[in-house]
Amino acid sequence: MTLPRMEALLGLLVAALLVLAALSTPWMKFVLTIALAKGIAVLGILLLLRAGQVSFGHALYVAIGAYSVAFLAPSIPDAALLLPAAALVATLAGALIGLFVSRYREIFFGMLNLALSMVFYSMLEKFYHLTKGTDGIRVPPLTAAGMTLDRVTFEWTVFATALVLALAFGAFARAYLLSPMGEALGAIKTRETRLEFMGVSPRRVLLSAYILSAMMAGCAGALVAMTTRHVTPLLSYWTASGELVFIAILGGAGGVLGPFLGAIAYELVRVYAAATVADMWQMILGAVLLLVILFARGGIWGLLSARAGKGAGA
Amino acid sequence: MSALLDARGLRLAFGGVKAADGIDLSVMAGEFLAIIGPNGAGKTTFINMATGYLRPQAGTITYDGAEITGRPPREIVRRGIARSFQLPQLFSEHTVEQNIALAIASRAGIFSPLAPLLRPAWREEGAELLERFGLLPVARQRADALNEGTRKLADIAMAVALKPRLLLMDEPTSGVAASEKMAVVETLVRVLRQAGVTAVFVEHDMDVVERFADRVAVWSQGRIAALGPPAEVLADPAVQRDVIGIARHA
Repeated sequence: MTLPRMEALLGLLVAALLVLAALSTPWMKFVLTIALAKGIAVLGILLLLRAGQVSFGHALYVAIGAYSVAFLAPSIPDAALLLPAAALVATLAGALIGLFVSRYREIFFGMLNLALSMVFYSMLEKFYHLTKGTDGIRVPPLTAAGMTLDRVTFEWTVFATALVLALAFGAFARAYLLSPMGEALGAIKTRETRLEFMGVSPRRVLLSAYILSAMMAGCAGALVAMTTRHVTPLLSYWTASGELVFIAILGGAGGVLGPFLGAIAYELVRVYAAATVADMWQMILGAVLLLVILFARGGIWGLLSARAGKGAGA
Repeated sequence: MSALLDARGLRLAFGGVKAADGIDLSVMAGEFLAIIGPNGAGKTTFINMATGYLRPQAGTITYDGAEITGRPPREIVRRGIARSFQLPQLFSEHTVEQNIALAIASRAGIFSPLAPLLRPAWREEGAELLERFGLLPVARQRADALNEGTRKLADIAMAVALKPRLLLMDEPTSGVAASEKMAVVETLVRVLRQAGVTAVFVEHDMDVVERFADRVAVWSQGRIAALGPPAEVLADPAVQRDVIGIARHA
C-alpha cells in the first residue's frame, strides 16, 4: 500500500474514532477540538521540519489567529467569517516575518522565531488598554454562517470544522510534500547550494512553506479561540511553541497523520495525567517524550507505519 | 565558431594567493575545452567565477553576448550555464530518479504545489536521461547509497537535465575507478555531443584530455600558461615538466 493511501485510510479511521469518542463522552469534544487545532498548527511545523528547520516560535501565529478572532468578534460575530479572517491575518504576518527569517537556518531560524513570538507575547501583555494584558480577552458568543446556535450545537460545529480542516490540510500537505516544492524542502535539508545551481531559490521554497505553516497555525488559533472563548498572551509564550515541537516529535514527522496522532496523544495524556496526579502531569509528559526519543524516533506515526509495513509484507 | 563564454582580465586573490591573475579565455560554441594544471592553480576558481559562486575582483565574463560577471548562480543557470562538482552534490535523502526530477522541475517550473514531482512526463524524461547515462538500474536507489563513480555520473546527469548550452565540469572523472574511467567519459561525451552542449572540464588524466578535448588550457598560478589543441599543448616540454609531470605523480 502506498504511503498516501495508507495515510488517507488511517486518517478517515482516526476521524471516525474521534467522532465516536466525542459522541460517547461529551466533555471529550472540547479536548479533541483543541487537539485537532494543535495538530493543524503542528502540520505547518512539519513542512518546515522537512527542510530541516525547527521553529521554536510558531505559537506566535496561533496567538495571532486567536487574537484576530477576539479583536474582530465584536464587529464580525460570525465564525464562518472569523476563521478565514484569522487565517488571512496570520498568513500576512507569516509572509512579512518569513521574508526575514527565511534568510536564516538551523539554530538561528529556530531562535529568531522564538524571539519574535516572545516580542508578541510582551506586546499582548503590556498594551493592556488594547489587549487587557494577562487577563486576556473574552470571545463573545458567535453565530455560524448567520445561524444563532445553542452552546452545544456551536461546540459541535467548531469540532466538525476542526475535523474537516484537519482532513483538508492533511490532504493538502500530503500533495504538497510530494510536489516539486515539497521535495525541494528536503533538498534544502541535504544540499541547499545545489538548488541555487539548479536555478531555484531555496529561500523562496522555504518562505512558501513558512507562509503555509503560518496560515495553518492561524486557523488553529482561531479554532482555539472559538473553543475556549477566551484568549490570553500565554498562547504566544515560548512554552506554547515548545508544546507544538513536542507534539511534532511525539507524533512523528514522517507523515501528515503524525501531527494529529501526536496532538491527540498529548492532550489525552495531559488530561488524564492531570486528573490522576495533578502535580506531576508535566513529569509524565516529559517521560513520554523521553521514551519516544529513546525508543521510537519516528514517533507514533513511525511505530504505526512500521507495523503497517510489516503487516503488508507478511 | 563564435565565443559562447568570454572571460577577460579576471582577477581574484584569497589573501596573498592569486587564484586568478588576469585570465583571458574564450570558450567556442560546440567545443570541448579541457582545463589542466596542478592543484591550487585556480581551475575550480575559474568555474566558480563563471557560475556566479565567486565574484572576480576585476575583469568581465560574457556569456552569449551578455555580461554575467558577479551575477548570482540562479540567474546564470537560467541563462544556460550549468555545472557539476568535484564532490558530487546530490540530494542524499532522495532517490536518483527524484534528484533528476528535481533538476527537471527546476528547469520546467518548480512552483506547482499540488502536482507530484514524479509526474509521468518528468519521470519519462528522467528515465530517458538516466538510460543515456547508464543509470537506469540505480534510479530507485537513494543517492547516499551509490558508489563514488555513480554519484559522479548522477551529479553530471542532474546538470544535463537542466538542458544547458554550456556545461562546466569540475574533475568529472575523479573518484571513478581507473578501469571505468574511459567508459564513463565516452558515455558523457556521447550524451553531451548528442545534446549539442559546449563543455569545459577540469581534468587530471592526460589520456582523457588527449582523447576527448578539442582544446586544452593549461592553468598555472592563476594564469593560463598555454592554450591550444591537446597534441600541441601536451607536447610542450614546459607543460610536460610543470603540469603533466606533477599530474602523473599526483
